[in-house]
Amino acid sequence: MEARGETFDRGPLASVPAWALGAAAAALIAVVLVLLAVAGDDSLPDRLGPPVEELAVERTQLEPNRIELTLRNTGPDAVTVSQVFVNDAFVDFAGGEEAIGRLGSDSLTLTYPWQEGQPYLISIVTATGLVIEHEIPAAVETPRADGDLFALMALLGTYVGIVPVLLGMMLLPAMRRFRPDWIRVLMAVTVGLLAFLAVDATLEGLDLARESGGAFGGAELLVLGAALAYLVLTAVDRRLRARGEAAGEGVEGGSRLALMIALGIGLHNLGEGLAIGSAYAIGELALGAFLVVGFAIHNTTEGFAIVAPLTRSRPSVRRLVALGLIAGAPAILGGIIGASVTNPELSTLLLGVGVGAVVQVIVQIAPAMRDRAGRLLDTATAGGVAVGLIAFYLTGLLISV
Amino acid sequence: MEERKNVATAEQAEADAAERSMRMSRRRLLGGALAAGPALAALHEVIPHQGLHDALGGDQHQRALAAAAGHDGHDGHGVPVHANGLGTAGPTFRDGANVDHDANGFNPTQILRDFDHGKTRRLASGRTLREWTLVAADKEIEIAPGIRFPAWTYNGRIPGPTLRCREGDKLRIRFVNGSAHPHTVHFHGLHPSNMDGVPGQGAGIIAPGKSTVYEFDAEPFGLHLYHCHVAPLAEHIARGMYGTFIVDPKQGRDDADEMVMVQHGYNTTFDGEGNQFYAVNGIPFHYMAEPIAVERGAAVRIYLVNALEYDPINSFHIHGNFFDYYPTGTRLEPTEFTDTVIQGQAQRGICELTFPHAGPFMFHAHKTEFAELGWMGFFDVG
Repeated sequence: MEARGETFDRGPLASVPAWALGAAAAALIAVVLVLLAVAGDDSLPDRLGPPVEELAVERTQLEPNRIELTLRNTGPDAVTVSQVFVNDAFVDFAGGEEAIGRLGSDSLTLTYPWQEGQPYLISIVTATGLVIEHEIPAAVETPRADGDLFALMALLGTYVGIVPVLLGMMLLPAMRRFRPDWIRVLMAVTVGLLAFLAVDATLEGLDLARESGGAFGGAELLVLGAALAYLVLTAVDRRLRARGEAAGEGVEGGSRLALMIALGIGLHNLGEGLAIGSAYAIGELALGAFLVVGFAIHNTTEGFAIVAPLTRSRPSVRRLVALGLIAGAPAILGGIIGASVTNPELSTLLLGVGVGAVVQVIVQIAPAMRDRAGRLLDTATAGGVAVGLIAFYLTGLLISV
Repeated sequence: MEERKNVATAEQAEADAAERSMRMSRRRLLGGALAAGPALAALHEVIPHQGLHDALGGDQHQRALAAAAGHDGHDGHGVPVHANGLGTAGPTFRDGANVDHDANGFNPTQILRDFDHGKTRRLASGRTLREWTLVAADKEIEIAPGIRFPAWTYNGRIPGPTLRCREGDKLRIRFVNGSAHPHTVHFHGLHPSNMDGVPGQGAGIIAPGKSTVYEFDAEPFGLHLYHCHVAPLAEHIARGMYGTFIVDPKQGRDDADEMVMVQHGYNTTFDGEGNQFYAVNGIPFHYMAEPIAVERGAAVRIYLVNALEYDPINSFHIHGNFFDYYPTGTRLEPTEFTDTVIQGQAQRGICELTFPHAGPFMFHAHKTEFAELGWMGFFDVG
């Protein structure tokens, strides 16, 4: 490379060091930007039409006789909140005295005797008379982010995250008796399960993205989260693979694959916990046996996916439990985040992370589906994938929260 | 991630439930609005025979109310409670604030008893000629604290001036269009078609900068109104182009403390679907901050007009009292002794009453969401 570079004619600037060229270019860009900022404003006419006023409600907190809204200006122009009415009655409120600038945030505290379980339509009237509406489908007191909430989320996360995954992992001894061909099918089933999970989480993320006001992007956040998670997990996988090879582990690297799957599912469960936590915070979560059992059956399939690559190795029980915790425990963390910071944008990003992680896991597992001829999908594996898809779909129906 | 899926599938059912529930809560809220009455009454015990608003500034008045209700105006969280006690004492603008009447150029307290009899001259025939000038003007009005409405007005105020004459007078109304939009003045009453103030008849549409004169006789006696009649009609009216037109019977009416109340609204979003603000005489909640002072036992006559657009009906209800109601004011005998009347668009009627008890008495639309969106106020009976 060096020799070739030397022969290339660098022209009259050959003697100028690279850093100086870079600095000169940066300076030139800065000067032009400043000129544009100064002259551009004067050379263009004002926008036609009235100011574009947009506010997104990022967070709604209810306590007795009080509704607190966290607003963000998601439009191009400043917005001044002048009055507020709730269900067709003007209310007293504090906050929002100043205009909220672009991407700026403020919170309003409304004084209103709301009743539990009733829907409320909050209408924010701006200085120009525009009405920006925010709907509370069913009013429920927002849980305080205290020890009780954390304990509840820890319990819930254990029920829906850790326990089912560990249950699924108990299939390992049985799976060990399977013939190699059956292992391929098992992997195919896992791929099917995960594929459906990825699709499901994507749809969920797009739903959420529509809810967020878009100041920081909606669907873009989902894509960003997915891409970053995919890249990071791939990098981690390469690192683990290199280390495994140095340690003389087999090419298949069953335990590495199991760890990667556990990591991926863990990231996915973070998003799942988030959804459970935020549903709880707005009172939409029906806690009870149905929820817990539904999730248990559903997430058992995740445990099965983790141990599928381990049929030919003999990991210690401790290691297996660790894998289970990696996959299941993030549900607890997600629950806590979801219940205490209800923010659709953060939720969308984290759901995206889950999607990227799951896709990365699929890419990891797929090679294990190949038959002797190197084909990914033969009759057996195609059937396996189909079984996985259907199993995840059906167990998903059990979860109705 | 199935948590939200269910919400989506049950969306319709939920929306229906929400709608039902919202209607319910509207109804329930009336209780809250009415609860302010006793609180004010209690306050009045402390400061008897004195205009409430005179005794206390608007905001202080609200704070005093909160104190009377057992709140110190602030709670442990540092959020001001104001008049509302935790929101149950009725609707209010934030901080119980009011608009800048001086900047608006009119004050509902003055509009209430402002009757414009015009410039009069005795004609050779012995009849009275009565002349007014109405000027259409575009004007930004602060209709609620911090909210500016691009209004179209007659003589710079909403409602326009209350024109008052006597049955049989000859009327001459010079109309100057100082607005950037075409307008007319259409009077309710008896007149030739070329004086109807509608497009295509007589002077027709009056273009910006042009003027015309409407001339007709004052008949029949009663309570009428005038408004712009240029298309789109609903918008021209809703922007503020309406006013009261009173034709007194030849023999006159008994002496009374007379006042005009024009019910109307502001559709600040201009979507033509309902209004965001409701009011009498220009500013929502105005007579909450500045109650109407009346005398106990004295005859009171209210000229009540409904100029509301986009909502099919409006209503008027008074607390602790009943009134004789004369629909359209065209008969001298009341048709009803009641405390609530309903008026459709452009309907109007005269309410005659006396207050038997001293103290503050609320009045408001008993179309209750209008009340809670601004159409409510107080009489202060001294």
